[in-house]
Amino acid sequence: MMNILVCISCVPDTTSKINFTENDTEFDTNGVQFVINPNDEFGLTRAMWFKEQNDANVDVINVGEQENESVLRKALAIGADRAFRINKKASDSFQVAKLIANHIEGAQYDLIIAGRESIDYNGSMVPGMISELLNINFITNCVKLEINGQTVVADREIEGGIETLSCKLPIIIGGQKGLVEESDLKIPNMRGIMQSRQKPLEVVEPPEIQTKTTTNKFYKPEEKNEIKMVDSNDLDTLIDLLHNEAKVI
Amino acid sequence: MSILAYIESKNKKPKKNSFEVVSYAKELSKKLSTELIVLTINIDNHSNLEKYGPNKIISVNDIALNNFDAKTYADVVSQVATKFSISHIVLGGGVDSKYMAPMLSVKLDAGYLSNVVELPSNVEPFTVKRTSFSNKSFCDASILSDNKIISLASNSFSTIENPSNPEIIDFQVKASNSNIKQNSIDLVQGKVTIADADVVVSAGRGLKGPENWSIIEDLAETLGAATACSKPVSDLGWRPHSEHVGQTGKPVSTNLYIAIGISGAIQHLAGVSSSKVKVVINSDPEAPFFKAADYGVVGDAFEVVPELNEKIKAFKAENN
Repeated sequence: MMNILVCISCVPDTTSKINFTENDTEFDTNGVQFVINPNDEFGLTRAMWFKEQNDANVDVINVGEQENESVLRKALAIGADRAFRINKKASDSFQVAKLIANHIEGAQYDLIIAGRESIDYNGSMVPGMISELLNINFITNCVKLEINGQTVVADREIEGGIETLSCKLPIIIGGQKGLVEESDLKIPNMRGIMQSRQKPLEVVEPPEIQTKTTTNKFYKPEEKNEIKMVDSNDLDTLIDLLHNEAKVI
Repeated sequence: MSILAYIESKNKKPKKNSFEVVSYAKELSKKLSTELIVLTINIDNHSNLEKYGPNKIISVNDIALNNFDAKTYADVVSQVATKFSISHIVLGGGVDSKYMAPMLSVKLDAGYLSNVVELPSNVEPFTVKRTSFSNKSFCDASILSDNKIISLASNSFSTIENPSNPEIIDFQVKASNSNIKQNSIDLVQGKVTIADADVVVSAGRGLKGPENWSIIEDLAETLGAATACSKPVSDLGWRPHSEHVGQTGKPVSTNLYIAIGISGAIQHLAGVSSSKVKVVINSDPEAPFFKAADYGVVGDAFEVVPELNEKIKAFKAENN
């Protein structure tokens, strides 16, 4: 039976307005709904498909504080078997990678799926760092994943096309849309929600990890200049503006 | 302590963003009063790179490195970094560099920051501005470790000419064997990719169906542009996922972004916010995209787009 781990980042819902507090040093969580990072969510549904087809154990893991447990319960409601929360506020990709790698080392996973990046800090680092820490194969920007016995065949999105790669298990994947379609995403049903309350959610106290980076201060983008409207019967003016003013054609 | 800029290649030539990467690294080397070393893998001709000021070019040529493999390439960059006492590595924002960088950072015990948009505001601690929250904001972040790696956000730094006469060093590496095999590679032929494009023409549900995309493709061809689309369009299967622009798709940092029949959901606006000039064509004057654009046209895409295409064709014929 395949043993799968899905790494979950808890991020603000994609429709969230982004504001900051504490002199722009902290993200303002006021009124923000936290969700499973979209790139991780595609991976979670893909993991569920492996479970449905071939039977598999699916664990989910998050590095974060107690407020993240509702997102982990959602992953359990979708169908994951066990959840692990490493009790540490995530502040640096290396720290997160190292803490997840510690968990993996003690557990023997065949397949580890993370997102290609989280939509909050956009580091694109955690799965690649885990792969190097544990010396396991890594494929990111993954848009298709098939596993047959011990053999993995995966499509990676590259600039201008697709590269098809193959290797042996174990592997860590950086997933994104395409791994499953948006319309395939699993949504918890009532039975799943009821069951999720009984499923194990283990809180792990972490060792101290030396961080390598810090995030100090946030800025909102500068306000845009007022838009210039051009009449649809006067497209010559638009071309003139793009050529002479914006200098882009 | 030197700066290493690693640049990606395509058909044995530096990729388009290489000159940005070298220009940034050169400015960084001035700031840190140290030398700039550029690493190329399987590139024939370095003359284009010399314009941007490297002190040395390390040229690695090995047929075992013809296909990009992240682990093998991380190993090569790490060997070079160790041999030449590198303290800072500068990478571009291409998919291959971003695939390799986290592995490299663990190998070299280096702190790594991605999507960097400016030169460091501070050298100690080393502090740079980067994008965060999928381009909805920026942040200042610092690297605390001795070894440092940064990758640049696309199109965020201009090229700066700084001609030099670098020493070219042919460097032999031991390319490790990868456990990952490349079975095949499938590239779309004859089309500009979003990553390479100076102009992107993007369309949304306002186009009503995939059969209507010829007007978008015609305009893109006239402008030498890549085509892109909104999330609903890729979810509906009208266009491939690789064209989906936005928070969960691709970010677009181009010089000119033309959005046709795209209302401008917050996730889409985040994805294109770092593009320099945005033009919106939409029949709905209330479309939120108008608030985030530089130029707007209220009108029917099926009339405006073909007319605009003809006019740009005529303009280009006249001005070339």
